[in-house]
Amino acid sequence: MGTTITAYDTIAAISTPPGEGAISIVRLSGEAALQTAAKVYHGKNLLKVPTNTINYGHIIDPDSGETVDEVMLSVLRGPKTYTREDMVEINCHGGIVSTNRVLQLLLGAGARMAEPGEFTKRAFLNGRIDLTEAESVMDLIRAKTDRAMQVAVDQLDGDLRRLITNLRQEILEVLAQVEVNIDYPEYDTDQMTTKMLQEKAQLVLSRVDELLQTASQGKVLREGLATAIVGRPNVGKSSLLNHMMHEDKAIVTDVPGTTRDVLEEYVNVRGVPLKLVDTAGIRDTDDKVEKIGVERSRQAITKADLIILVLDASQPLTAEDEALIKATADKKRIVVLNKQDLPAQLDQAQLAALVPAEQLIRTSILKAEGVAALDQQIATLFFGGIENSQTTVMVTNSRQIGLLRQAKASLQSVLAGIEAGMPIDLVQIDMTAAWDKLGEITGDTAPDELITQLFSQFCLGK
Amino acid sequence: MPQVREYEAAAYDVVVVGAGHAGCEAALAAARMGQKTLLITISLEMLAFMPCNPSLGGPAKGIVVREIDALGGEMGRNIDKTYIQMRMLNTGKGPAVRALRAQADKAAYHRSMKATIEAEPNLDLRQGLVERLLVEDGVCVGVVAATGARYRAKSVVLTAGTSSRGKIIIGELMYSSGPNNSLPSIKLSEDLEHLGFKLRRFKTGTPPRVVGHSIDFDQTEEQPGDVAPHAFSYETPDSAYLKDQMSCWMTYTNEKTHQIIRENLDRAPMFSGVIKGVGPRYCPSIEDKVVRFADKPRHQLFLEPEGRDTEEYYVGDFSTSMPEEVQLKMLHSVAGLQHAELMRPGYAIEYDIIEPWQLTATLETKVVKNLFTAGQMNGTSGYEEAAGQGIMAGINAALRAQNKPSFTLSRSDAYIGVLIDDLVTKGTNEPYRLLTSRAEYRLLLRHDNADLRLTAKGHELGLISDERFAQFEAKKAAIAAEIQRLQTTRLKPGQVNDWLASINAAPLKDGVLASDFLKRPEVSYQDLMQFIPLAAPLDHTITEEVEISLKYAGYIAKEQQSIARLQRMEAKKIPDRIDYEAINGLATEARQKLTKIQPQTLAQATRISGVNPADIAILSVYIEQGKIAKVGA
Repeated sequence: MGTTITAYDTIAAISTPPGEGAISIVRLSGEAALQTAAKVYHGKNLLKVPTNTINYGHIIDPDSGETVDEVMLSVLRGPKTYTREDMVEINCHGGIVSTNRVLQLLLGAGARMAEPGEFTKRAFLNGRIDLTEAESVMDLIRAKTDRAMQVAVDQLDGDLRRLITNLRQEILEVLAQVEVNIDYPEYDTDQMTTKMLQEKAQLVLSRVDELLQTASQGKVLREGLATAIVGRPNVGKSSLLNHMMHEDKAIVTDVPGTTRDVLEEYVNVRGVPLKLVDTAGIRDTDDKVEKIGVERSRQAITKADLIILVLDASQPLTAEDEALIKATADKKRIVVLNKQDLPAQLDQAQLAALVPAEQLIRTSILKAEGVAALDQQIATLFFGGIENSQTTVMVTNSRQIGLLRQAKASLQSVLAGIEAGMPIDLVQIDMTAAWDKLGEITGDTAPDELITQLFSQFCLGK
Repeated sequence: MPQVREYEAAAYDVVVVGAGHAGCEAALAAARMGQKTLLITISLEMLAFMPCNPSLGGPAKGIVVREIDALGGEMGRNIDKTYIQMRMLNTGKGPAVRALRAQADKAAYHRSMKATIEAEPNLDLRQGLVERLLVEDGVCVGVVAATGARYRAKSVVLTAGTSSRGKIIIGELMYSSGPNNSLPSIKLSEDLEHLGFKLRRFKTGTPPRVVGHSIDFDQTEEQPGDVAPHAFSYETPDSAYLKDQMSCWMTYTNEKTHQIIRENLDRAPMFSGVIKGVGPRYCPSIEDKVVRFADKPRHQLFLEPEGRDTEEYYVGDFSTSMPEEVQLKMLHSVAGLQHAELMRPGYAIEYDIIEPWQLTATLETKVVKNLFTAGQMNGTSGYEEAAGQGIMAGINAALRAQNKPSFTLSRSDAYIGVLIDDLVTKGTNEPYRLLTSRAEYRLLLRHDNADLRLTAKGHELGLISDERFAQFEAKKAAIAAEIQRLQTTRLKPGQVNDWLASINAAPLKDGVLASDFLKRPEVSYQDLMQFIPLAAPLDHTITEEVEISLKYAGYIAKEQQSIARLQRMEAKKIPDRIDYEAINGLATEARQKLTKIQPQTLAQATRISGVNPADIAILSVYIEQGKIAKVGA
């Protein structure tokens, strides 16, 4: 029942630094590296291609059939590899978002998120690297492994930990019931364990499902809130963009399958990751005056979850402004009244009739005035929205999501087994697997837990 | 008093001390492996005696008996000759947990085992109280009995059981004694302490016995044996199955019983603080159950005959160390036992065990070379657990006497492997009982396939005859052939749909392989045979194997996958006598635990509590790099 031992299982990680360069590499190592990659790869049969080859193909979400990325995939069979194990390296072209999805699909297909430095650790363990300075490497391994465990556990939100611990306890109780049934057949505890097993599996499965749904909220955190900066030409969109870009080291990536002129840029505002939509449009309009106008803004508005509408306070409201105000009325929106440093020309009463006061932020981006209030408003909107949504527990991390998916698969096998009339001691195999997977999330490994439960829950003899 | 003079009595290859269930298997295994063996025990009347319940087997334990048999041990054959009732348990559940249990005729079981041992060519049986080990340079070279007799040996197996400084407690009464009022062994415990062994006190207990004709069986529920034949030994034919079996009887405690117990708790040694030893959670005394599960209105009891030629009945699950007077009141409050006459009172017994982390996986002690220990002495409870260790200790003592490499079983080989690994890796804080839940791979460690798992190993050791091995090989071939046939024979809808309709099962739309058809829960191997019969039907032991292998193939594959991972870790051996102090980077707790347990494989190291993945990583780097400092090197 131990789950701490992970040597030789298949590990995966993104091995290029985030956000640098147009290509990122997802790396797999372990005895099932090829099989795991093959589950999400559409192209040649990876199990049959020669070693040290690079293969063109696509990464497909096996559940939806959706194409996630166009990739070049290297097959490297052990022992002549970095780790001496079978390895796969996937060159992803789709930027950070789709690279993340590729990684998640691999985790869902059975790989485990690599600990920091684990590829190197395996190289040591498998004798690939000659340790001339063994002791410092020991320290490194110690530090890295301990920190990795610490990090894995620290990433756990207290509520999530409690929730998972409760789910495990639910499973543990039913497992103890199964064990009593098996080890003490002469006792009157026999009243239907199968039914209890089924109910518990369903209960835990629905909770795991809910958690996985929060993963899509977590996805916003990971992938950024799609944000459009809109407004007439020359109101200060470009300055606003530059302000945000300078404030943060933005991550710039290409988006697959489209022309390179549409850029998505990532900025981080008070912990809220924003994915800025159609920033090219903003720059273009500044270069080539009035060329694109409102029509282009409308397209950006439909793609975005958050709109930042910029108005020029030094000019009266135009028909174009009013059109944009109306087009964004149903959206989550911040209206920036810019150019406060210039004499005011805009009719405040007219604006108040169109935009609720709480959506208004007054700035002079040029003089960096009012931008802090804007940043704060973005943060409030985002975190406020999450607090309003039903669940407070959220899963955001790839490792957790991968393990939850595996637990879900085991729970589904439990239900399928019961449906097929399999005896409880076999169904129990999948239930135990679900318990183990959830335990990996919280970092709890307690092989004797079950036996302790057994004796505390039931009165047994013989 | 004059001093007893020691004399050179005899020289053996292997000396086994104690003739309980562990000692008998150890001595027989050593002798059958060609070693001149002595089995010496306090009382020959106690040889293979069952001082507690008159039954063998049950979940996990029953599988151990099959494993002992597959390795060429005696327990299975002996119970098959002497049982009075046989039942297969868990038949409503899956194949992994079916378990055979037999009620034994205690006296017959003892007599039969004694006869087998007396008839064994290389084996001498002697009554004697061993008081001291002969140890030279940290190596055990023999034993000395109370009579002064010195027996030299190349290796020694100790199976002292609950005799070691045994103390019986019945209420306020307390006296020095081995099990069932036998002579205790005092000096051997002291000698072991002098040699540097760490001992601790455990406690166990047994219920009262009552006179059969004083029981009103009408007030109890009958539990008869099975009609369909079963046997523990793979050698026992169906034709030998006992027709005339004795029943067990079931009754319950009640509120009145519980009240008597509660009123007398101040006289219960378990609660008054008299008993210091740690008792087993899985086999609590009745007073313990009443206290811990106060909301339960009743507890189940079993009345089990102790044999054919005796009136004695064992009151199962009524273990107690209450004063005799209270025991009588408690008994008389139970339906069916209102007029029961007491034959022997229940008692608690405290005894010494050797903390089992002082042993290696071969059951050799780390403190004294060529000395092996097995059975209750190692902290287990149960006849089967004792016998399983006994045969392994006997095998390894015989191998050591011949300077041959040792023999161990892994957690994926056998329950015996699980048992020994748990003991030597984790130690135990209470008398250890095997449970199926202790095994990670119980679907592979089945009752039915113990022979497939272990017969070849038994044959290689010389414990399984060529003849039996040939039979086994034929069985294996027959299983493979039948699996092959079912995997290549197709069934058409027209063949089976009428039958499926008759049992209200979904019809077939297309043809299927017989092996896939068998995966349907409603279809058994026997059902299948009406459509694709064999000219000569196969034996049920073969068809059972075929059916399980095909029907549960998916689950079996899951377990085999995880075993592959374990086996790679098991293959990473840790050299003997590592100086963990010299390994840089190990956490202090891991260093201490590793030094104490001295694991033999990386897999074993991972199972030690307090040893973290980082420690394992560091250890494995050192092993890979060969940079290991050895103690004293």
